[in-house]
Amino acid sequence: MADEKLPVEKKIGAYICKGCGLGERLEGAQLSMIAEREAKANVVREHDFLCSEDGVKMIQDDIDNEGVNRIAICACSRRAKTDAFNFEGVAIARGNLREGVIWARPDTDEARETTEEMAADYVRMAVWEVKFMTPPSSNPEAKCTPDILVVGGGVSGLTAALEAARAGYPVTVVEKSGHLGGHVADSWKRIPDRAPYTDPVDTGLDELIAACEAHDKITIHLNAKLTKTAGAPGQFQADISVESGPTVTASFGAIVQASGYDDYDANQLPDLGYGKSPDVVTQQELEALARAADGGAIKRPSDGKEVKSVAFVQCAGQRSEKEGQLPYCSGHCCMTSIKQAMYFKDQNPDIDTNILYRDLRTPGSGGEDFYRSGQDKEVTFTKACVDGVEAAGDGLHVKFKDLILDEDSEEVVDLVVLAVGQVPNSGVDIDAVAIEEEEEEGEAGEEGASPANEVHVSVESILNLDYRQGPDLPQLVYGFPDSHFICFPYETRRTGIYASGPVRRPMDIVSAREDATGAALKAIQAVENAAKGRAAHPRSGDLSYPSFRKEGCTQCKRCTVECPFGAINEDEERYPVFNESRCRRCGTCMGACPVRVISFDNYSVDSVGQALKNIDIPDEFEEKPRILVLACENDAYPALDMAGMNKIEYSAFARIIPVRCLGSVNLIWITDALNSGYDGVILMGCQKGENYQCHFVRGSEIAHQRMSKVDDTLQSLSLEPERVATYEIAITDIQRAPQLINDMAETIEKIGMSPFKF
Amino acid sequence: MSDMSSAVVEKYHNDFLKEVEANVEEGEWVRMCMQCGVCSGSCPLGPHWAHPPQEIFMMIRAGKREEVLTSDSMWMCTSCYNCIVRCPRGLPITHIMHGLAHYAHVLDLAPKNQPTRRFSKMFWDNITKNGRANELKLGLSLYFKDGFGPGVKEALKNKALGQAMMKTKRMNPMEFFGGHGVKDKSGLHAMLEKAREIEEAKLKRPAN
Repeated sequence: MADEKLPVEKKIGAYICKGCGLGERLEGAQLSMIAEREAKANVVREHDFLCSEDGVKMIQDDIDNEGVNRIAICACSRRAKTDAFNFEGVAIARGNLREGVIWARPDTDEARETTEEMAADYVRMAVWEVKFMTPPSSNPEAKCTPDILVVGGGVSGLTAALEAARAGYPVTVVEKSGHLGGHVADSWKRIPDRAPYTDPVDTGLDELIAACEAHDKITIHLNAKLTKTAGAPGQFQADISVESGPTVTASFGAIVQASGYDDYDANQLPDLGYGKSPDVVTQQELEALARAADGGAIKRPSDGKEVKSVAFVQCAGQRSEKEGQLPYCSGHCCMTSIKQAMYFKDQNPDIDTNILYRDLRTPGSGGEDFYRSGQDKEVTFTKACVDGVEAAGDGLHVKFKDLILDEDSEEVVDLVVLAVGQVPNSGVDIDAVAIEEEEEEGEAGEEGASPANEVHVSVESILNLDYRQGPDLPQLVYGFPDSHFICFPYETRRTGIYASGPVRRPMDIVSAREDATGAALKAIQAVENAAKGRAAHPRSGDLSYPSFRKEGCTQCKRCTVECPFGAINEDEERYPVFNESRCRRCGTCMGACPVRVISFDNYSVDSVGQALKNIDIPDEFEEKPRILVLACENDAYPALDMAGMNKIEYSAFARIIPVRCLGSVNLIWITDALNSGYDGVILMGCQKGENYQCHFVRGSEIAHQRMSKVDDTLQSLSLEPERVATYEIAITDIQRAPQLINDMAETIEKIGMSPFKF
Repeated sequence: MSDMSSAVVEKYHNDFLKEVEANVEEGEWVRMCMQCGVCSGSCPLGPHWAHPPQEIFMMIRAGKREEVLTSDSMWMCTSCYNCIVRCPRGLPITHIMHGLAHYAHVLDLAPKNQPTRRFSKMFWDNITKNGRANELKLGLSLYFKDGFGPGVKEALKNKALGQAMMKTKRMNPMEFFGGHGVKDKSGLHAMLEKAREIEEAKLKRPAN
């Protein structure tokens, strides 16, 4: 692919801005000279106001008339003025002289010299960086099918299908059972989503199904499964096998996985009477009783007697620390119990309904109103801890501790409803499989080895992905396919595949419909981006993609293993196969590669490596150390920019380079930096672990793992381990990030300068 | 009314709540309490109540009829209205407390010697006798509420104040002998008796 690009002569233009106070604080002529003489830029120009129409035109003229194809803009941060400095068909690097230099340094005579040196280095870095960049262009092989595959025919799946179809995209729905609607098909009514939020309303499922079946862009397969899903966004190939029917293979641009949930198995809750008395039912089972009653009196299962009193036990087997129970809250059950209590109250206000809750949670805009409506209908709400349910005589004895009255109590009722949680139908836990496989290599696996709180419901794969990394979406916690829940809730770790509905997190019908709409929109984005050969997320619109030099590859598989998004497969000879439309462009593969053969057009081992190597390193006796800061462009770099905006000063010895993700940091950069005479290296990435903030999920974590082994490198160079530090930085760490730089400067003062200055 | 004093209600069923809603002033609000506890936390006398308002509301819903109606808690309310101002659900808590106290009194379940209840009764008897408050008698009956000895002691303690009030014509000692009143006392009494009858007729008996 790379050789398809015609070799064009590199022509570098360096542009030095004098606006925003840069002209007063820095010697523009000096910086121009450095760009021209030292860094060897072909065209060097200064401008009083580079981002103005006139300044932009000056650059554009050079591109048009002088053949400049690589541009180093030495002005403000790369995060500023992106609209102005947006030139087609050229590679662009930015030297951060404003936020990174003059705003982060005091305007004093003493500071002037070090500030000037800092600016000079940023000019060198920008020119050297762009020298090793290629103007990015999309993969000419990019192609796309606009069809969207929806896995699951419940409310979430059908809503996603209808939304996508109405937006003009052909949709195929694959439903494993013989009917549409999932759990909702068995439900009587749903929680209201419109003011006045007072009464349960019709589920709306019939209309939804009718609309889907009537839509000419929607194809529905019942009793069907995905037996194989291969490819990448824009070009998925899915084998759809219909029970006792043919298997058809079809192409899809994106996939929405709305595989829903299973109820937690109430048989695990004998203490609450389930299985001992037929009058102890789950919420879902009560829906069936309500459907059977069809608006009349609900009858209890044991003897068909009309229910006169009912107790709802919230958090049954959930929000629990007990082994085999769900540790999380399923979110909808309080509202569902209120709704179900209304089934009774609306039919006959004299029926006694008691909701026994530990913490009542009524999320959503109408939640509080619905709760109030329940109270208004005289549903009793009791803050209590339920100890057990026993059948005795004609009724069920619910024993509990009333937490408001602080006493043990008991109520006798006709029916008990257990609010059991939702367990996601997310298929195979590919990480657990990987661990098991590792264990099996040593010894045959034993049963019961799974850790506490792990509930396995479905072990059958849902997507059957033909990915090297496993057949289903990776899970974050409790079996839910993970997503960046704050910034990108619909994303999974498989680009072009979007989880929607209760498989993503526990939810009710209203949330599931909203979720499905979001997922449909993301699927459409994925299709459109794949068609243009651009990154979908989070580097939306990025045309670059990883390529590798096959001759140098040692088939070590590290890139395929570490890619957080399963973008890299292997061919028969075990060489990596990059599926760039699956790729998020984080560069974790590039950071992983021990032989450094992976690169992007505009981001490579060389573009960063040359930038960091080509600064001016003063000799040991000048007492001017150099600290390399590799800062994640998503959180740490903006934090440092904001520190500059807030005039929070930090050491003039720092040289900050933004990286796409800490995962893209190749250890050679650390080695090169130390060998070139840097005195300290700081890596700033996002929070890792379970509550990760990393935009690429695992990049920061992988970087921390790699850096835990950097001590060997330091030892071989006889350097102190304190010289390299890795931190987790949040975008709000505006005070802390500069402080960490200053701390490193202090540390260096203590342990002394690096001996590697030549 | 005796059957109402000893009604049995089912725990955590709506029986007692419905009774309160039917018979207690503003009682229909009790169901709307969301147990946040702001009332209890806001009550200046809260620590002295056996059951702060939040608990009273839960006890009603738990069907603890006897405990609620025999409690002296509602009688502790000083009508500062802090709870009403702060209740996020807008419950007229002060009024409900007074309503509950009144209902307990009507059923004669309220604690006999609760000072607020005794004083309230004293005031009622005083003002309904002539249709006008007899301040001298009210003051005296308050002094002598615990017997003759303590009454004399209390009266002597306030001797100077009483004499000063008499000197400035703020208190008329002749009020001791009957005192002033409305023109048609028997009419007033008939009216009050009728009102009592109507109220009693309105009382709804608990379901069982």
